[in-house]
Amino acid sequence: MDDTLSIRGIEFRSRLWIGTGKYKDFAETSRAVEASGADVVTVAVRRVNITDRKSENLLDYIDPKKYKILPNTAGCYSVEDALRYSRLAREAGISDMIKLEVIGDERTLFPDTIGLLRATEILAKEGFIVFPYTNDDPIMARRLEDAGAAAVMPLGAPIGSGLGIRNPYNIRIILEASKVPVLVDAGVGTASDATIAMELGCDAVLINTAIAAAKDPAVMATAMKHAVIAGRLAYKAGRMGKRLYAAASSPIEGML
Amino acid sequence: MRLILNGEGIETASETVQQLLQDMGIEPERVAVEVNLKVLKRAEFQDYQLHEDDAVEIVYFVGGGTRG
Repeated sequence: MDDTLSIRGIEFRSRLWIGTGKYKDFAETSRAVEASGADVVTVAVRRVNITDRKSENLLDYIDPKKYKILPNTAGCYSVEDALRYSRLAREAGISDMIKLEVIGDERTLFPDTIGLLRATEILAKEGFIVFPYTNDDPIMARRLEDAGAAAVMPLGAPIGSGLGIRNPYNIRIILEASKVPVLVDAGVGTASDATIAMELGCDAVLINTAIAAAKDPAVMATAMKHAVIAGRLAYKAGRMGKRLYAAASSPIEGML
Repeated sequence: MRLILNGEGIETASETVQQLLQDMGIEPERVAVEVNLKVLKRAEFQDYQLHEDDAVEIVYFVGGGTRG
């Protein structure tokens, strides 16, 4: 059964996408990425260090020929900044994909959805494949889709919080209404959270801190890989109905 | 000539973006360059003339996932 995720004609090998922030070093990042089986790796755009040009490059460890590099606009608090970083990212990289973040507040890192919508509209018109990081708000998801988003990425919980999928019912409503893929971005803390997102029917999950901040990131990356596969298969299989009382699995017939 | 490179004032003899990258030992394939807020195409690096006091930004990809 072919179950490949395809967005705007791009085929994705894995439904686990991973971020590259907060790792101890590039070697650890590389081991975790490898173990996760992910083919999408998000990266940030920052100034080249002019004074120490011998410093190592992330792309020496994450081969862009092997992985799909998804630049993000992390750290952007205005539409103007998000557009600027997106346009720079497009020139620095090799694709039109952008994980669009317009952050509203430093403490929560919740998205400024009004700015996000405006930036999505502009970038989609410029030919970007826009993946907006948004709230678990079904109405905003619909507006982003209408504005030309290639997928929507609602948060499960605040970035880096590890609180899991706080509002699975909203994610379900987003999934029911959405004509574009839905990826949970942010909030996953451990493997079961990733499974829950996938069991709900999400097309993929994006995970960074849960892997990077684990005591053993490569082992957690492996756990996440299996968690995403398990959640996806359970969704495809269709779970049994819940019931309050027991229903015996063994037959009554033939008992003494 | 004086440039503002990544927020720092520098003196350089480079006349084009391509030369500047070469002088700095930066591989053009892995960066994006902005001059006075205009994002350049990689094909423009070769001939793009720099002028006194131009604000140049050279950026690349670093580790970062979903953080602000």
